[in-house]
Amino acid sequence: MSTLEHASEHHHDNSAAHGYGDNNELYVHEFRDDYGSKLGMWFFLFTEVLLFGGLFVAYFFFRVNSPEGFQNAAAHLDIMPGAINTVILLTSSLTMAYAIVSIQRGKKVLSNWYLGATIAFGFWFLINKYFEWSHKIHLDLYPGSERILNEMPDGEGVFFTLYYMMTGLHTLHVIVGMIVIAFIMVSVSTENINKNRYIKMENAGLYWHLVDLIWIFLFPLFYLLH
Amino acid sequence: MSDNSVGTKQFVSFYDIKTKYNGLLSWLLTTDHKRIGLMYLVTMGVWFSIGLLIALLMRLEMLSMGETLISAKHYNAAFTLHGVIMVFLFIIPGIPAVLGNFFLPIQIGAGDVSFPRINLFSYHLYILGGLLALGSVIYGVFTDSLMDTGWTFYAPYSMQTGAKVAIPLLAAFFLGFSSILTGINFLTTVHRMRMKGMTMFKMPLFTWSLYSTAWIQVIATPVVGITIVLVLMEYLFDGIGIFDPSKGGDPVLFQHMFWIYSHPAVYVMVLPAFGVTSDIISTFSRREIFGYKVMAFSTLSIAGIGYMVWAHHMFTSGMSDTARQAFSFFTYLVAVPTGVKIFNWVATLWRGSIKLAPPMWMVLSFLFLFTIGGLTGMPLGALSTDMHLHDTYYVVGHFHYVILGGIVPMFIAGMLYWFPKMFNKMCNEKTSNYLVLLYFIGVNLTYFPMFIMGYMGMPRRYFDYLPEYQTYHILATVGSWILIGSIFGFIALFIYTVRKGKTLSDINPWGSLTLEWTIPSPPPLLNFVEEPELTHGPYDYPDYSDKEAKH
Amino acid sequence: MSTNNTEHIEEHEPHNGFGNYFVIWLTLIALTALTVGVAGFDLGMYTIVVALLIASVKAMMVINVFMHVKYDDALMKAVIAACASVLIIILIFLGTDVLG
Repeated sequence: MSTLEHASEHHHDNSAAHGYGDNNELYVHEFRDDYGSKLGMWFFLFTEVLLFGGLFVAYFFFRVNSPEGFQNAAAHLDIMPGAINTVILLTSSLTMAYAIVSIQRGKKVLSNWYLGATIAFGFWFLINKYFEWSHKIHLDLYPGSERILNEMPDGEGVFFTLYYMMTGLHTLHVIVGMIVIAFIMVSVSTENINKNRYIKMENAGLYWHLVDLIWIFLFPLFYLLH
Repeated sequence: MSDNSVGTKQFVSFYDIKTKYNGLLSWLLTTDHKRIGLMYLVTMGVWFSIGLLIALLMRLEMLSMGETLISAKHYNAAFTLHGVIMVFLFIIPGIPAVLGNFFLPIQIGAGDVSFPRINLFSYHLYILGGLLALGSVIYGVFTDSLMDTGWTFYAPYSMQTGAKVAIPLLAAFFLGFSSILTGINFLTTVHRMRMKGMTMFKMPLFTWSLYSTAWIQVIATPVVGITIVLVLMEYLFDGIGIFDPSKGGDPVLFQHMFWIYSHPAVYVMVLPAFGVTSDIISTFSRREIFGYKVMAFSTLSIAGIGYMVWAHHMFTSGMSDTARQAFSFFTYLVAVPTGVKIFNWVATLWRGSIKLAPPMWMVLSFLFLFTIGGLTGMPLGALSTDMHLHDTYYVVGHFHYVILGGIVPMFIAGMLYWFPKMFNKMCNEKTSNYLVLLYFIGVNLTYFPMFIMGYMGMPRRYFDYLPEYQTYHILATVGSWILIGSIFGFIALFIYTVRKGKTLSDINPWGSLTLEWTIPSPPPLLNFVEEPELTHGPYDYPDYSDKEAKH
Repeated sequence: MSTNNTEHIEEHEPHNGFGNYFVIWLTLIALTALTVGVAGFDLGMYTIVVALLIASVKAMMVINVFMHVKYDDALMKAVIAACASVLIIILIFLGTDVLG
């Protein structure tokens, strides 16, 4: 336990972030704890992991109960869009990392370009998803569709339900991530985020990498079953 | 020393300090952890009272057989509402939201939590969740479509019952998010805001318990969040079938997902109560808690093992033998660190210099009542006996003993103990003691008959019953009057004391050694007027043979 | 009383430059290609195991390098390990019912 104690001993003089002056008036200094900010962000990421974790629980449950159903249903999904989306998200993680490297070197314009690129990749992901989903819906492959209800055994129907729910929730997180990064870009422009203070960008990066991470697991579970 | 000066400096309490906003807004938009804690206290007090009144109604209905006051359908709605309010609006926020918010930063020598604005947001989410719940009840009353699923909203019934479950489920979702944010805040605060010299093993056990609880809040709550989302999706969209077998779903999956959160949730409820117990026992025995490190680790163990026992709520649902054996085994395992705590508390009392003040009387009640609660869990954890006891009144007796014998007493004890620090007033000793006794009698009279009834076969959540259970229901109902009366008595006592109690001049009336007792009562904004200095551990009482054992 | 902020934990010399991140990215792309390739082979129920194994390797790279955890201190690593452990425990215990 002592290593952990030492780790968190790297903190600062916190309780005295204020003081009482000669006239007994209270004055408060600016309080900054970047490590704490990052730690808090990680704790928040854990909640996201468990949120999706619950869906993985459901996936695991149904998959073991209907292995053929899952196999057959998965045949309707195309690997290509899935694989391309994986590459898109991995690359967006790269540009996100590059944005941070840039701000560490004080290059704010370059940083914003990389942030913009990250958002652009996000858009590309969304567009792909849109085409993928609308194609499926066109083929009458969505929860509650006639085709699923009448022609497919239960296991296959559940596969599609899980597919839409999990990739849908993931897409929602992609959108949120893009919005967050947009705000970060504004802060970079106003130099609220700069070479000496960029924890917000790092935290946004952590969120974005998590979105990538979740997809890294979703991809094989849905697209590579057959 | 006067309560609002240290040395030559005069300090303004956090109540009186001038803030950016005035009046009500200075509370609703505060980022001061102490004000947030008190707002939770008031709001929670209201919800607790409502939950108690519903319980009163339920027990009145059950006083005699057949329909007396309300119909069967409304009885179902009553126990549903009772559960939802008590679980999501009272006991889960519970001690962490009130006493934790107020005292965690102070106990570690900090001026506030790591993320004060998120702390406020937690409270706003709590209000939002409460308003949504209230709205759904009002709507349900007027359209006669109150949720009647029990607080556990098992699917697929929860999607098929006539009630509009979307709003109460949404309320639960926001309340869960509120809990998550508190957890994130407390975890970060404990890791980052401890004063110089305060290692993890110099923290009071109350802080340790809040820390362990926070881990559960962060990791377990999202699972119920996603469960709620799935139920909502299935409720709103006809084609989705995750829990409904007619659409390819599985109701047992719902139970798994629900209890993966809701079991760890009971540790969210109880661990802070354990923390309060340690602090109070130490102070009123004038002794270091027996086995401090073991206590800290046992708290963490309970939090950890608590993730491995959830399906003991599902033994009769058709799971595999392997699952039932595994979960039963770990259920017994998780009882071990809990038992260790009880033994350590008793060992602390042994040869301690015991002062029988009201908080201590409540602790002694707790040791007895909670032990009954814990022991009655054992036949439920064993597969063979659970077959007979599942979904009977035995279960109702068990968890009410744990909650009303374990958690609520310590919430009250914590209030009595920390009252002088929060309000610079002390609750009347005689009245408090009398209420403790009344409470003790009330809990036993209300819930002990339930073990017998349940063993004899009385099912839970049933509106009517056979004559052989009549006596026990009468005992339980009369008990409920005493119990609920004593709780309202405490609430009245607290309100009265705040308004009319005598102001104290001693900032440490109990002679405790934890940091919160070194600052003025009530504390100033940002808590410490001078940088605190750690000169001793939280329970380093001098040998009790030393007569002047106050620090 | 000074406020001082002598925070230097991550604001000191960055650990990775453009080049290092690019190499990691390349590896991740390669592993993605590998996953797709493996899916072509029929390994029965082991296909999913292999695929998830590769996904875990990719995940470790994203976590350690992109999310910087390799260079973080013991506390950060410990809390991440704790979270991962709980998720795995939940899946294992669910497995006792589903696979049992």
